[in-house]
Amino acid sequence: MELYKLTAHELLKKIKNKETTSEQIVSDLTKRIKGVDAKVQAYVRASSSTLLAPDSKPNGIPVSIKDNICTDGYNTECCSKILQGFNPPYNATVINKIIASGNSFLGLKCNMDEFAFGSSTENSCFGPTHNPWNLDCVPGGSSGGSAAAVAADEAIWALGSDTGGSIRQPASFCGVVGLKPTYGRVSRYGLIAFASSLDQIGPLTKDVQDSAFLMNIISGYDAHDSTSINIPVSDYTKDLINDAKGLKVGIPKEYFVEGLDSEIKAIVEEAINKLKSLGAQFKEVSLPHTEYAVPVYYIIATAEASSNLARFDGVQYGLRAKAEGLVDMYKKTRQLGFGDEAKRRILLGTFALSHGYYDAYYLRALKVRTLIKQDFDNVFKDFDYIITPTSPTAAFGIGEKMDDPLKMYLSDIYTISVNLAGIPAISVPCGFTKKGLPVGLQILGKPFNEGMLLRLAYTYEQNTAWHKVKPRL
Amino acid sequence: MSIDKKTVEDVAHLSRIELGEKELEKLSGQLEHILAFIDKLSSLNTENIAPTNHILPLNNVLRKDEPQSSLPIKKTLQNAPEKQGNSFVVPKVIE
Amino acid sequence: MKYEAVIGLEVHLHLNTRTKAFCGCSTEFGKEPNTQVCPVCLGFPGSLPVYNQAALDYAIKVALALNCRVQEYTKFDRKNYFYPDLPKNYQVSQYDLPLSVHGFLDIELNGQLKRIGITRVHMEEDAGKLIHQENASLVDFNRTGIPLLEIVSEPDINSPEEAYEYLAMLKSTIQYLDVSDCDMEKGSLRCDANISLRPAGTKILGVKTELKNMNSFKGVKDALSYEIRRQAEMLDSGEKLRQDTRLWDAKAQETIAMRTKEGAKDYRYFPEPDLPPFIIKEDKIAEIKKTIPELPKEKMQRFIKDYGLTEYVAKILVASKQGALFAEECLKKTTDKNIKSVANWIIGPLSALTSSTCAIHELNISADNLAGLVDLVENEKIISNLTGKIVLEEMCKTGKTAKAIVEEKNLAQISDSQSLNSIIEEAIKENPKSVADFKAGKANALMFLVGQVMRKSSGKANPKVVQELIRKRLANA
Repeated sequence: MELYKLTAHELLKKIKNKETTSEQIVSDLTKRIKGVDAKVQAYVRASSSTLLAPDSKPNGIPVSIKDNICTDGYNTECCSKILQGFNPPYNATVINKIIASGNSFLGLKCNMDEFAFGSSTENSCFGPTHNPWNLDCVPGGSSGGSAAAVAADEAIWALGSDTGGSIRQPASFCGVVGLKPTYGRVSRYGLIAFASSLDQIGPLTKDVQDSAFLMNIISGYDAHDSTSINIPVSDYTKDLINDAKGLKVGIPKEYFVEGLDSEIKAIVEEAINKLKSLGAQFKEVSLPHTEYAVPVYYIIATAEASSNLARFDGVQYGLRAKAEGLVDMYKKTRQLGFGDEAKRRILLGTFALSHGYYDAYYLRALKVRTLIKQDFDNVFKDFDYIITPTSPTAAFGIGEKMDDPLKMYLSDIYTISVNLAGIPAISVPCGFTKKGLPVGLQILGKPFNEGMLLRLAYTYEQNTAWHKVKPRL
Repeated sequence: MSIDKKTVEDVAHLSRIELGEKELEKLSGQLEHILAFIDKLSSLNTENIAPTNHILPLNNVLRKDEPQSSLPIKKTLQNAPEKQGNSFVVPKVIE
Repeated sequence: MKYEAVIGLEVHLHLNTRTKAFCGCSTEFGKEPNTQVCPVCLGFPGSLPVYNQAALDYAIKVALALNCRVQEYTKFDRKNYFYPDLPKNYQVSQYDLPLSVHGFLDIELNGQLKRIGITRVHMEEDAGKLIHQENASLVDFNRTGIPLLEIVSEPDINSPEEAYEYLAMLKSTIQYLDVSDCDMEKGSLRCDANISLRPAGTKILGVKTELKNMNSFKGVKDALSYEIRRQAEMLDSGEKLRQDTRLWDAKAQETIAMRTKEGAKDYRYFPEPDLPPFIIKEDKIAEIKKTIPELPKEKMQRFIKDYGLTEYVAKILVASKQGALFAEECLKKTTDKNIKSVANWIIGPLSALTSSTCAIHELNISADNLAGLVDLVENEKIISNLTGKIVLEEMCKTGKTAKAIVEEKNLAQISDSQSLNSIIEEAIKENPKSVADFKAGKANALMFLVGQVMRKSSGKANPKVVQELIRKRLANA
């Protein structure tokens, strides 16, 4: 049997009809991982970690987990040398919710850019993940392992995290569905923080229906997270309505300018036409502060990261370098433990917060963040959605941008604003380039309106077949 | 605004990251490049704009003063690079 | 040259909540290392803080009692620095929008009232404890995350004595609120000091030193006195003072310069993204205000007015909240005539019976019983002062009334001359030299004879009556 090819909702139906069992699914998936992961390298620590889902329930579907979400008893290292061997003494809230829902998770974790710093999964201490559609290309990042695993049928579904596009961009590069929930919708408790005011956990799935299923499991208030909002969560599967009639969509002109690959532009325009034909109403809108999003992001995100990552010092867990004295231990541990991108971001963030520069950088960035948020508020007064490409290009070659950090940062140009504004967004497959690489359509919605997002994404998906095309491995 | 090698060295010390000469050279160049790009922000007038500290309109998030169980000592220390009895061990702190 | 000291104090205070500031771990003191910790207070990757409602309420209570303005909008910030007792390598604290500002505390020294400004009272979390060994340091995180208040005074303090008085008044005020045990030995109250000198009468700002590691109020006073001498000597000899941080060495009775850690400008404060702000409305403030009891200063003034006590006596009576409650109960149960005596009995013999583990209100003696005892001594003159003290001890041991003990032990004074005369005759016979001395005009000799009579009567003779009788007897002889 090739159960691993199926979606979670298909498998749940089979389990219900007693056509298969949870054990069979896990065993099938294990075989698939053994068969193709040597090529894709979506998972890390394969030799030392258990493949089997712990706490497997008879009706459960295993979820693959990004390496920055804490799993009690299973290493969680953020693909960083500094967290070598780290076995969290507790579960992230999303993990407890998965267990409580009767599902399970893989002890084997998904590859990622170190501490989610990157857009290509090349900044992993375990080496890069390869794009299942072209093994010479990156899968995107930072949740590249989760996205590639789902695309390569090495995962039924997966969790990633999104700070500036880390779910949506790899979903787009790998041809899967990736949803970044509203800030505060999903508990961050147990997600090893990159930038606390931007991070959200979200699903990477084979189709929109699975995204709704997984959102039902992980969403909701958590008393352990002060930034988790206590408002009711609706049943997202009820939003899976194949109907776009009368839905109002804005197309921001700032997103269709120089820098956008012409092939991507054409594919996204075709997707827009498709939605038009299904009854959605489109109009050009403006998000005037778009060009400031990347600089604002790289100040706020790195500033928060520099503080969040200060705890990795060799005292309680992870790597500790041999050293003479305390300060030397700190400095050597962090020199050895952090990769280049982590060091760059820590230094940049420390600088942005330091005395004499705070007002010019950090405070100014917080103010411009207000302007960016206002841009979205203004558009959402008249529109239900905003549609953009997820990324200005399709997947790029491994190694192509590694020497130019700024170029790498700019590959998140269409996804970053969403995190700054705290709103939800989804990336759904909308075509392929001539070279056969997937392209993603990004739909942005109003805060806490994931249901509306899922509805439009579902409508598009039900009237196209992109999500059914699989890479050959 | 630009960043020179001395500033990068200071920032590296504050961040407790040791940098070799070569690493320092390379990072200084890259950071300068990134900061030049970030400086785009200085062209915006932000005078009367409130900073966004929190994107959610949340406030007064509090929990009741009710004890919860602490971690068993085994779990607390299971990752410790060096321990002695119940305690974590670090190189001697000199004041 | 004559200098004036300019002193500001920074007090850190543990709030006695049941659980820590940001997690449900117990705050109980003296447990095995690292047994009251969890992913949150250990700063484990992925953990998040949620603030304790009681800590916020207590903080507001303290701010109000110190006459501060509680700000409507307040938030937490991160203070970033590396230290092994700080598991996240940042402390959750408050920076530009503290809980409260602009308060004051009135102190009294040598009958003079002085108002010390309070710059701010803000909320933060405590760090862990380091135990230094020969080649390594051990880290215990039990204390990490205990809710802390930082109370910063204005540099309005001008002498070590004022500093001592400020701390005593602060401690007394806070203990009245029941929000902290203020125990310096347990580290639940800690004090750092900033001190600089300037030529007396000028407004020049001198170079200031920060003093740390004082383990008692006396330590603060001693360290400040030492530092005033040290700075004055340096200034007199024309040396330049350095702005540094110095540790008080209580054994050597001196301050030692500390190796500089990160300076204030290196803390990289920024708003804590994991904790939304607090909005404290008028109704909340009014609600907490209602829970603030009469504070020591007001109570003292009322005691002076209502009971006619001296300032000295009233101040001692109100030092602790429980003690003051007990004292007032006693004062209320006493006849007007006896009020001053009761107060004196409380601050004298009764206080002498207390210990660090047994406060005045915990002694086995009720207000009624104390009033009864004082009545026996002062009014009815049934027992002497001396016997009264013995009876008081017995009362504490047994819980019985003074009257019962006096009867049981037959301690009533002998005041009738008939019974006393035979003892007096005996004493006169046995001490001819004293009799001669008295007649020669030596007043001491009379007291000696009275003492002899007291001894012979096992302390029961009424000394005043005895004195009169001897005087008469010798005058007639």
